Amino acid sequence: MSGNMNLTLKVWRQANASDKGGFVTYKAENISPDMSFLEMLDVVNEDLLKKGTDPIHFDHDCREGICGMCSLYINGRPHGPKRAITTCQLHMRSFKDGETITIEPWRATAFPVIKDLAVDRSAFDRIQQAGGYVSVNTGGVPDANEIAIPKVIADEAFNSATCIQCGACVAACKNASAMLFVSAKVSQLALLPQGQPERYRRVQSMVAQMDAEGFGGCTNTGACEIECPKEISMTNINRMRRDFFTAKLFKEEEI
Amino acid sequence: MILDSKIPEGPLAEKWSKHKFNLKLVNPANKRKYTVIVVGSGLAGASAAASLAELGYNVKVFCFQDSPRRAHSIAAQGGINAAKNYRNDGDSVYRLFYDTIKGGDYRAREANVHRLAEESVNIIDQCVAQGVPFAREYGGLLDNRSFGGSQVSRTFYARGQTGQQLLLGAYSALNRQIHEGKVKMYNRHEMLELVVVDGKAQGIITRDLISGKLETHAGHAVLLATGGYGNVFYLSTNAMGSNTTAIWRAHKKGAFFGNPCYTQIHPTCIPVSGDHQSKLTLMSESLRNDGRVWVPKTQAMAEQIRKGQLKASDVKEDDRDYFLERKYPSFGNLVPRDVASRNAKEAVDDGRGVGGSGKAVYLDFSDAIQRLGQPAIQAKYGNLFDMYYQITDENPYELPMRIYPAVHYTMGGLWVDYNLQTTIPGLYALGECNFSDHGANRLGASALMQGLADGYFVIPYTLGDYLAGIGPKPVDTSHPAFAEAQKAVENRLNTLLSLKGNKTVDEYHRELGNIMWEYCGMARNEAGLTKAKGLIQALKADFWKNAIVVGKNEELNMSLEKAGRVADFIELGELMVDDALHRRESCGGHFREESQTEEGEALRDDDNFAYVAAWEFTGENMPEQLNKEHLVYENVKLTQRSYK
Repeated sequence: MSGNMNLTLKVWRQANASDKGGFVTYKAENISPDMSFLEMLDVVNEDLLKKGTDPIHFDHDCREGICGMCSLYINGRPHGPKRAITTCQLHMRSFKDGETITIEPWRATAFPVIKDLAVDRSAFDRIQQAGGYVSVNTGGVPDANEIAIPKVIADEAFNSATCIQCGACVAACKNASAMLFVSAKVSQLALLPQGQPERYRRVQSMVAQMDAEGFGGCTNTGACEIECPKEISMTNINRMRRDFFTAKLFKEEEI
Repeated sequence: MILDSKIPEGPLAEKWSKHKFNLKLVNPANKRKYTVIVVGSGLAGASAAASLAELGYNVKVFCFQDSPRRAHSIAAQGGINAAKNYRNDGDSVYRLFYDTIKGGDYRAREANVHRLAEESVNIIDQCVAQGVPFAREYGGLLDNRSFGGSQVSRTFYARGQTGQQLLLGAYSALNRQIHEGKVKMYNRHEMLELVVVDGKAQGIITRDLISGKLETHAGHAVLLATGGYGNVFYLSTNAMGSNTTAIWRAHKKGAFFGNPCYTQIHPTCIPVSGDHQSKLTLMSESLRNDGRVWVPKTQAMAEQIRKGQLKASDVKEDDRDYFLERKYPSFGNLVPRDVASRNAKEAVDDGRGVGGSGKAVYLDFSDAIQRLGQPAIQAKYGNLFDMYYQITDENPYELPMRIYPAVHYTMGGLWVDYNLQTTIPGLYALGECNFSDHGANRLGASALMQGLADGYFVIPYTLGDYLAGIGPKPVDTSHPAFAEAQKAVENRLNTLLSLKGNKTVDEYHRELGNIMWEYCGMARNEAGLTKAKGLIQALKADFWKNAIVVGKNEELNMSLEKAGRVADFIELGELMVDDALHRRESCGGHFREESQTEEGEALRDDDNFAYVAAWEFTGENMPEQLNKEHLVYENVKLTQRSYK
C-alpha cells in the first residue's frame, strides 16, 4: 500500500532477570501508518515466529489506554513521543519512513526486567496494599446520597483517580521516583470525605512502603507530569507532601 | 440430567430475602478453617474475594495480568445502573427488573434478575463508601445519565471511565485484605485445569507465567470470575488476554455451558482499519444520549463519501437518514444494542455505509454541540473523543464519528443455579463468565452491576451455605485427582510445545474469528452455521498439526500462552455454532434470518425455545449433549419487544 513505511527497530532483548541483555536490530517492513505501535510489534513478532525464533515479549492487554499494562520506552521517552497517550494508543503515523526506533523497557531498580520489555511493577501493588484504601467492609454503609461532596472536590479526586498505574512517571524520572504515582493515590482519598478518618495514617504507610521498594526521591524536575499518559498533575505531589509533613509534625501517633 | 435452578419459592420480591434467611451460615470461628479459590480479579472476582476475606475466609486470588487492577472491567466506560430513583422519574426495583427482562428478550430467569435489581442500590452505596469518585452535581449529590433500553435515567457514572473507578474501588478492598493477610494474591498466574474430587471442585492447576512452574492449589470451593469469551471472534472490544480457558477447562470437567451463542455485538465501535487490526475500541453507548446515528439516504451519495468526493458535514439535512429515529420514534437513538447493531448492518448491506471500507455509519454530535456548546460535550465525553481522535486521526468535534458494531460481551457462559453454582458442586461462576442475568441481550451499564452484585452481595451468602454443608475438613491434596490433573496439563503443554508447523497461532485465531463473524455474527442462518461447523472442525485438526509454538515451558512464553488459549477458543467456537444452529428462533443478540417479523425484527418462538440451553461435554470430538432449563415467567408477560 502507498504510504506504508519501512523502519529499523533497535529492541532491548533480555532472556530473564539475571541475563545481561542487549539491543538487537530488526526490520519492520510495509508498516501502515494506521497501525498502532503494538500492532507494528505484532507484525515483527509474526515474522520472528515464522522463523521459529522467540518473539519480542512486551506487556499489553486492553489496547485502549486504560489498563496500564503496556509500557515501552520509545526513543528515550515513556510511551513514545506524543503527549497524554499510552503506547497502545500511539499510532505509526507519528513516525517517518526509514526511521530508526529504539525500544527499551522501563528502567528502575524497583522495576526489575522479567524478559525483554516486560518489567515487574508489583512494587506499585504493595504500596497500595500498605494503605491505599478506605477501611470499610461490604455492607452496612450509608446511602450514597448521604455523603454530599462538592462537585469541584469530586472532580479533582477523579482527576487523581485516573492514574493507570503504568509506571511511566518512574521511567521518566532521573531518580526513578514514584512520587507522582503515590501522590495521586494518596490525593484521591485525601480529597474525599470518605478518606478523612485514615488520611494521615494512610500517607505515612504508603510513603514508608514506597521508600522500602527502592524508588528514588523527588527533585521537582517535572518529567513525570510531562510523560504521564493521563496528565496527572504535580499538584498531587504537593498535596502528599503537605499531608506527610502534617502527619509527621502533629499526628505521628496515628500510624 | 434434570437441571435444578434452585429458584426459591414465594413472591418474586420476597424470594431473595427469604432465601438469605434459609441459607446455612458458617460460624465466625469456623470461617478461618476454609480456603476459597478465586480465579480472575475483575469486578466480580475482586469484590467476591474482598467480601469473603472480610467475612473471615482464607482466599487465594489468581490473575494472568501483572496486577489485579488490570482486569478488563477496567475498560468499561459508560456507567452502572441502579434503581435508586434519585431522579424522581419513575424508576423502581421492579422497573429495572422489567427493563432487564425485556431487554434480554425474555430469555433470562425472573428470580435472578429481580435479585440483581434489588442489589443494584446497595452497590452504589458500597462504591461511594470506598471513595469511588462518581460524577456529581453542584449540590454535591450523585449525577445520572440515560442508557439504551430504558426510559429513565438510572445510570451512575465516573466520566467515561466508570469501570476503571469501580474496579479500583474493588481493588482497594482487595488490597486491604491482602494487607490483612486474608487474601493471598497470585499475579501472572493462569488457571489451566480444575481439580474435581469425588464430584466436587476442590482445586486448580495453575501455571506461573514467569517461571512456567505448574502449581497445585487446593480449596473448599473454586470461584471462576474470568470474564467473557468475545475473543473467540479474534476482533472484539475485549482485552488481548481475555480468554475462555478457565471456563472451558471447567466445562470439560463437567460444568454445563449455558447459551454459548448469545453474543452481544455493540453498535458503537471504531471501524476496522485494516488487516493488521488486533482489537476494536468501543465508543461508549452513553454517546447515543447526544449523538445521532445516520447514513445518507441514497447509495449514490454514500458512494461519493466512500470515494472521498463528499464530506459528511456537506450532506444536507434532507439527504440524511436518521434510521433509528425514523424506525423507533419512542426510543430513537437509545434502542437496545442488538437493535441498533442490526440496523447499522442493514444500512451497510444496503450500500449506504460510509468511510473508506463502507462498513460504518455516522454518529453525529453537531446538533448537541450547537445546543449545549463544545465545552459541555467535552466535559461529558472528552476522553472518548480524544480516544477516537488518536485512533482515527479525525476530529469528532468537527466531523461525525464513524462507527460500526463489534463483538463486545457474551451473555452466554457457565450455567449456574440461583446460588451461582455450576453443575459441579463447589464450582461457582460470577460476572460475565456465567450465563445468568442478561438473557439474550444485555442492556448497557448492566455488566458492571451484575459483576459487583455477584461478588459483593450474592456469593458471600450463597457460598456459606455450601461450605457449611461440606464442613471445614482440610482438602486432601494427596488424592490422585490432583496428580492426574497436573499430569494432564503437563501433557497438553508438551504437545503444544512440540508443534513446529508453518502457521502462527494468530493466523489460526484470525481465521476462527472470520468464520465466527461471517456465520455466527450479527445474522445467522442454517446453511451458514452448518458450513461454519465444518470449517471449524477442519481448523482444529489443522491447528494440532501445523501451528507454530516456540520456546520452552520454563520461561515467560507468550507463544505458548496464546496457543493454549486459541486451542480452547476453537473448541468453544464449535459449541457456539452448535448452539446457534439448534436455536431456530431469533432472540436478542441471536438473530436467525429464518425467524424475523415482517419489519425485520427478531421473532422469538416462545413455544419451542423459552429455555436455557445448557450443553454438557461428553468426550473429546463427541457431540455435546443438550440439556434444557425451561424458563417460567410468573410476573412478566412475554410479548414481542417493541421500541417503536
